[in-house]
Amino acid sequence: MNERPGESRESMVTRYFGEPIKRNEDPRLLTGRGTFVDDIRPPGLLHAAFLRSPFAHARILSIRTEKARALPGVVAVYTHADLPPALQEPLPKLIPHPALIHHKTQYALAPDKVRHVGEPIAVVIAENRYVAEDALELIEVEYDPLPPVVDLEQAIQPDAPLVHEDAGTNVCAHYTQRVGNVEEAFAKAAYVFTERFVIDRGTAAPMECRGVVAQWEPKMRQLTVWDSTQAPIPIRNGLARLFGLPQSSVRVIAPDIGGGFGPKIMMFYPEEVVVPFAAMQLERPVKWIEDRLENFVAMNQEREQIHEASIAVDKEGRILGVKTVFLYDAGAYIPYGLIVPIVASTTLPGPYKIPNYHCEFRAVFTNKTIVSPYRGAGRPHGVFVMERLMDRVARELNLDRAEVRRRNFIQPDEFPYDVGLIYQDNAPLIYDSGNYPACLEKALEMIGYDRWPSERERYRREGRYVGLGLACYVEGSGIGPYEGCRVTVEPSGKVYAATSVGTQGQGHFTSFAQIIADILSVPVEDVTITTGDSGAFSWGTGTFASRAAVVAGNAVALAAQAVREKALRVAATLLEARVEDLELRDGRVFVRGVPGRSLSLGEIAVAANPLRGTIPEEWEQPGLEATRYFAPPRGTFSNGVHAAILEVDIHTGMINILKYVVVHDCGRIINPMILDGQIRGGVAQGIGNAFYEKLVYDENGQLLTRTFMDYLLPTAMEVPEVEIAHVETPSPLNPLGVKGAGEAGTIPVPAVFASAIDDALAEFSVRITEMPLSPNRLLEIIRTARERSKEAKSPR
Amino acid sequence: MKRRAQTNASRRTPQARRSKQAKVSLPPLWTRKEIRLRVNGVEYTSTVDVRMTLVDFLRHELGLTGTHVGCEHGVCGACTILLDGQAVRSCLLFAVQADGAEITTVEGLGTPERLHPLQEAFRDHHALQCGFCTPGFLMSTLAFLRENPEPSDEQIREVLAGNLCRCTGYQGIIDAVRDAAQRLRSGYGA
Repeated sequence: MNERPGESRESMVTRYFGEPIKRNEDPRLLTGRGTFVDDIRPPGLLHAAFLRSPFAHARILSIRTEKARALPGVVAVYTHADLPPALQEPLPKLIPHPALIHHKTQYALAPDKVRHVGEPIAVVIAENRYVAEDALELIEVEYDPLPPVVDLEQAIQPDAPLVHEDAGTNVCAHYTQRVGNVEEAFAKAAYVFTERFVIDRGTAAPMECRGVVAQWEPKMRQLTVWDSTQAPIPIRNGLARLFGLPQSSVRVIAPDIGGGFGPKIMMFYPEEVVVPFAAMQLERPVKWIEDRLENFVAMNQEREQIHEASIAVDKEGRILGVKTVFLYDAGAYIPYGLIVPIVASTTLPGPYKIPNYHCEFRAVFTNKTIVSPYRGAGRPHGVFVMERLMDRVARELNLDRAEVRRRNFIQPDEFPYDVGLIYQDNAPLIYDSGNYPACLEKALEMIGYDRWPSERERYRREGRYVGLGLACYVEGSGIGPYEGCRVTVEPSGKVYAATSVGTQGQGHFTSFAQIIADILSVPVEDVTITTGDSGAFSWGTGTFASRAAVVAGNAVALAAQAVREKALRVAATLLEARVEDLELRDGRVFVRGVPGRSLSLGEIAVAANPLRGTIPEEWEQPGLEATRYFAPPRGTFSNGVHAAILEVDIHTGMINILKYVVVHDCGRIINPMILDGQIRGGVAQGIGNAFYEKLVYDENGQLLTRTFMDYLLPTAMEVPEVEIAHVETPSPLNPLGVKGAGEAGTIPVPAVFASAIDDALAEFSVRITEMPLSPNRLLEIIRTARERSKEAKSPR
Repeated sequence: MKRRAQTNASRRTPQARRSKQAKVSLPPLWTRKEIRLRVNGVEYTSTVDVRMTLVDFLRHELGLTGTHVGCEHGVCGACTILLDGQAVRSCLLFAVQADGAEITTVEGLGTPERLHPLQEAFRDHHALQCGFCTPGFLMSTLAFLRENPEPSDEQIREVLAGNLCRCTGYQGIIDAVRDAAQRLRSGYGA
């Protein structure tokens, strides 16, 4: 790779990097000119509707589609039997792991058995969606319902029904990681505290449901797919393989995406292969847009885990060891492998020095919707468990909560810090940099921690139950393998850059443009970014795990830097000067000290692509263009502290957030406005995870919370103002010094809520060990706790 | 779901093996009706299936794809438009119900080159990320500010609670609405 952009930045004016630049993408999104998947309308478009299992677990005895096919307006009906062999196989195993013994993946259309409500069985293609749904009614399916496995702990019992009979068990993986010797540490500890934590399911609920539009041009043998995916390039590669086409014959475009948050990355969702299949069969474009009822059962979910966790400490509250043994609910299939439970295990140690650590989990099949990462992806679980244990230590040892954390922090001079585990990217879990004490002290100052004991007293005198909660976390981000970018200066002088990642609202059209604008010294509005189009850039993975700014952002910087160098080399030839004597300023290359001699980037771009003559060897290739990749050896680790003051109404179970503060460190900041937006939005989702959002399944595996009337997303009434401060500890692992921030807002919120509620209700000895809560659940907890404390007092 | 709410088979009854019995006859699906309406100042006459929702009509028949479909059960507010000046959810109305109406969609506000003051305030306060819910927020807010030119923060939060946003955490939107109220009051750009 060429010179690191960071090294030469001193000589460059950074007009944009670090500034709250308004977003380039906003004008079109604000005026209804965005292009979401459902806005794609090729001529001759047909519409698909999927017949989905109404049972959590059933054998399919027969499917009759004649009546549906006969309905006017219906063009085709497909079931498993109609698919080509490649689509009859289970869909690809995304991320294998040696411990994942039964790597069962989903089918395009269910062959002989359904394993969760919402699993697709057949698809109708019709002239419009209304008729397609009419036809679903006419498909006759004969089911033999089987007893479902819904409860995670029942699923591991020996007599539990089997989700996959041939596996012989519902446990598909059992994986343990150890640091030191936890048994020894526990044996000699002054105190050991054990707790059981239950974390339930939620859904990402992006405001745009999923969607696929596929168009096959038989003469060109070209398949174009518009897909609401976070990873268009892997989808392109997979589709090419499934349909036996060269990758160059398949183009996957993720246009504007209405929020992703994790579940929009899968390979594949059944619809992502069935819709292109139908388009190729019928030689007409086909569209499928997921509706919200489908989304609740057909888009992947997350969060269900049950932890038995213990912490061993000495008399001063210093951690000697931590042990967690947990169950991870995979749902009906496990295409995404063990990413979520591994992230939970490896996030748990957080900012603390834990000399002895044992984490062990079993991944378990149940007859529920598939689980794959959702914003946080195991991190909220790890943080919830660890921070709850830290609060427990403080309470039992009668120590200050902040002080217990201070005593155990990894110190700023101890980086790089090897935690001793293997992270989700199969690389050692080594924290690259950070300043954990500084973040905590800043958060304590913002929340008014010193004043809190007297404040709390005052509230109690007023009859109010108000508590302060805090939680610390480390967020793994910016993992490999790589991303790329091609930067081109056109003869107009405008700059175009194509990146390998997709975008779902993170502001890449602006933040990437800021990086390029500084390096090439052009106005940020003159930089146009293309994301999420495999036709524009061919190699990449996707936007997930808070990695786009880190991995793609650095590729963007490297490519822009290469173009800058190229521009100087070409200008040197044209201006008959040495490169060292040139400077790039306001989009022009000047000879230092000779103001009259200069060329604009556009003029250099023209000269670099001549119609006669030759290309000098030092120009390497024609044009002002460069493609670069950035491949970090391992992830970079952001961190932060959230603190909140919450009021609990003990008569209704409702809570009111009086103050919420976030101190965050994601290294160097590209655009503080965008960063704060990511954090605020994350906190809002975290509030949902903590208190409002729960997917409730009944004993038959039916999802009872299947509308926005039953599944409550936080609204403007529930989400408070969030005060944010930043600490900037650059990452040494990438030229820009940046770290990821996409999940930072969400991760610790349930832990903060639990901590604050415990504090507010200390006199009832309430100890929150579950997430999400809800007003009614909190009321139950309060009632139980009050009765218990009454009983404890009454014998006297 | 375009046609009906999906029925959940909530009990496993071994007898009811044939849970998806086909109906013998279907109701008349093809009833069509002519409607006339004005959208963003343009007069349209169109013959539509009576069961077509207003949002599908706007998006698929008129090609006005700025109005988005988020839930199709009237909660998320992404499909909010102005119908005779009132903010309504176009997923809860049939196109035929808009016969004779005057409709404004997000396309009827500003253009990328010349944003409406409300749109400008949204941009200045980072009130959008993915932009999917944004047209609904703009239309709800527009109707609200016409009736409440000087809203309190509490009133702003209350009206915004009728729309769901999953990206922003609402703070930017609240700031934008407060600022837009000010801009509109001072006649800026109006």
